[in-house]
Amino acid sequence: MALLEVKNLEVYYGVIQAIKGISFEVNKGEIVTLIGANGAGKTTTMQSIIGLIHARSGEITYNGQLISGMPAHKIVHLGMTQVPEGRRIFSELTVYENLMMGAYTKKDKEKIKENLDEIYALFPRLEERKNQVAGTLSGGEQQMLAMGRAMMSNPDLLMLDEPSMGLSPLLVDQVFDIIKHFHEKGTTILLVEQNANKSLAISDRAYVLENGRIVLSGTGAELLASEEIKKAYLGG
Amino acid sequence: MNFITNLIGGLSLGGIYAMIALGYTMVYGIAKMLNFAHGDIIMVGGYTILVFTARSVHPIIAIILSVIFCVALGISVEKVAYKPLRGSSPLAVLITAIGVSYLLQSLAQMIFGSGTKMVQGLDLGSFSIGSLKIGVSTVVTLIACFMVMIALNLFVKYTRIGRAMVAVSEDKGAAQLMGINVNFIIMITFAIGSALAALAGTFYLMRSPSMYSTFGSLPGIKAFAAAVIGGIGSIPGAMLGGILLGVVEVFAGASVLGPYTDAIEFAILIVILLVKPTGFLGKKRREKV
Ligand SMILES: Nc1ncnc2c1ncn2[C@@H]1O[C@H](COP(=O)(O)OP(=O)(O)OP(=O)(O)O)[C@@H](O)[C@H]1O
Ligand SMILES: [Mg+2]
Repeated sequence: MALLEVKNLEVYYGVIQAIKGISFEVNKGEIVTLIGANGAGKTTTMQSIIGLIHARSGEITYNGQLISGMPAHKIVHLGMTQVPEGRRIFSELTVYENLMMGAYTKKDKEKIKENLDEIYALFPRLEERKNQVAGTLSGGEQQMLAMGRAMMSNPDLLMLDEPSMGLSPLLVDQVFDIIKHFHEKGTTILLVEQNANKSLAISDRAYVLENGRIVLSGTGAELLASEEIKKAYLGG
Repeated sequence: MNFITNLIGGLSLGGIYAMIALGYTMVYGIAKMLNFAHGDIIMVGGYTILVFTARSVHPIIAIILSVIFCVALGISVEKVAYKPLRGSSPLAVLITAIGVSYLLQSLAQMIFGSGTKMVQGLDLGSFSIGSLKIGVSTVVTLIACFMVMIALNLFVKYTRIGRAMVAVSEDKGAAQLMGINVNFIIMITFAIGSALAALAGTFYLMRSPSMYSTFGSLPGIKAFAAAVIGGIGSIPGAMLGGILLGVVEVFAGASVLGPYTDAIEFAILIVILLVKPTGFLGKKRREKV
């Protein structure tokens, strides 16, 4: 059974229809990528799934439970979370406080400590700077913090909205390594990327979004080899 | 010697303004709205004390009841009047808040009449140190205000809900992604603001124990000015602004400038807004891409 299932999703901003009836699913243990050009509706889709935006119609189920219409904080309590577009770390809080906000749904102090140690091991930079106010971190460090913060809740499904945006090639590689690491630990991943090359390479399956519609889907390898994708997203 | 009396009086009045200003600033920071009815919560608190002390309820109990009543009122106003407007234009919310303010004042006039009523039992007398004569209530106010402010800071800094308040004030959407129930946090904010308003109202009554339907307007508007001077949205800013205005008010009032006290206070507001539009501790939003 699919962990996340989206059926005939339609989302409007006022009278403008941003998502025009898309359906897709993410199975347990997969890495699934949505790729698409600017304005295709990737962020809108991600925010609709987590409940930050409410869809006009369509059904979203998580673990068989209908979640469309639920407020975001309740959906998060079900075990999914999102690294939002633009990171959106809490710039006035310290690195440590940001990470602890990520564990807001968790009550077990020992487990939180364990998660924190794990995140620090993965991102030594964050530990070095744990008492630094997050707004003063570099863009790359902020992305690490946003990912670490999301993982503090130990999600079953992690959604990432363009985690490689604005990062240097070296850091982009690091971000993809970390996504793979989370995946190997058993986290299901739904990824939104413009970096089609790298994201398709690590994806089990992928969907291509264009003007609010899914125009293509397949395994990561299939899409990497597809002529259309090469033309549109891989620069030839 | 006069200087010390004035300083204590000013800090104490400043503490009152600061407590009210905290309500404005926290609601602004978290719900992103100007709650113009905040001053009228003070008035409702004052009348609650009047009602109970007139029936010989012990003043301490009357104060506790007033806090409880104001918290319930603050939460209800938010639920009924503001929550349905979440996400609509700030102007609509502002006008609603002004409407709530008039509603509360009119209700008070209907229930208690338009005259002034004296509140009994809040006069704690005074004591002397050498030639210095100080009101007990002034000292009590001073100590209580500072304790409340310290407690509030600890609450915001170290509790789960306090941290969630900071998160919501910075980014509602990101806060929801952490699993924070934003509506609940906004409710808590109104509850805290109303409790502080009730306490401030009590201390304000101790200074001059007469109740009328616009009792909360003047301290409300001054505390609002204090919140803006300190930087609206900033908790330390509200404290700083409140204490500054209180001290200025008492010292100006005791000098030859006495009749112009209010004008001086608002002139400070205007100057600060001209020189530093975000107030002393207000933050300019930095955008990072
Ligand atoms: N708040 C909004 N109000 C109105 N229209 C919006 C809003 N947010 C997004 N849109 C529109 O919806 C469409 C999809 O936007 P969305 O942000 O989902 O695209 P995206 O695929 O994430 O793009 P990008 O790669 O640039 O992040 C766009 O046409 C955009 O202009
Ligand atoms: Mg986007």
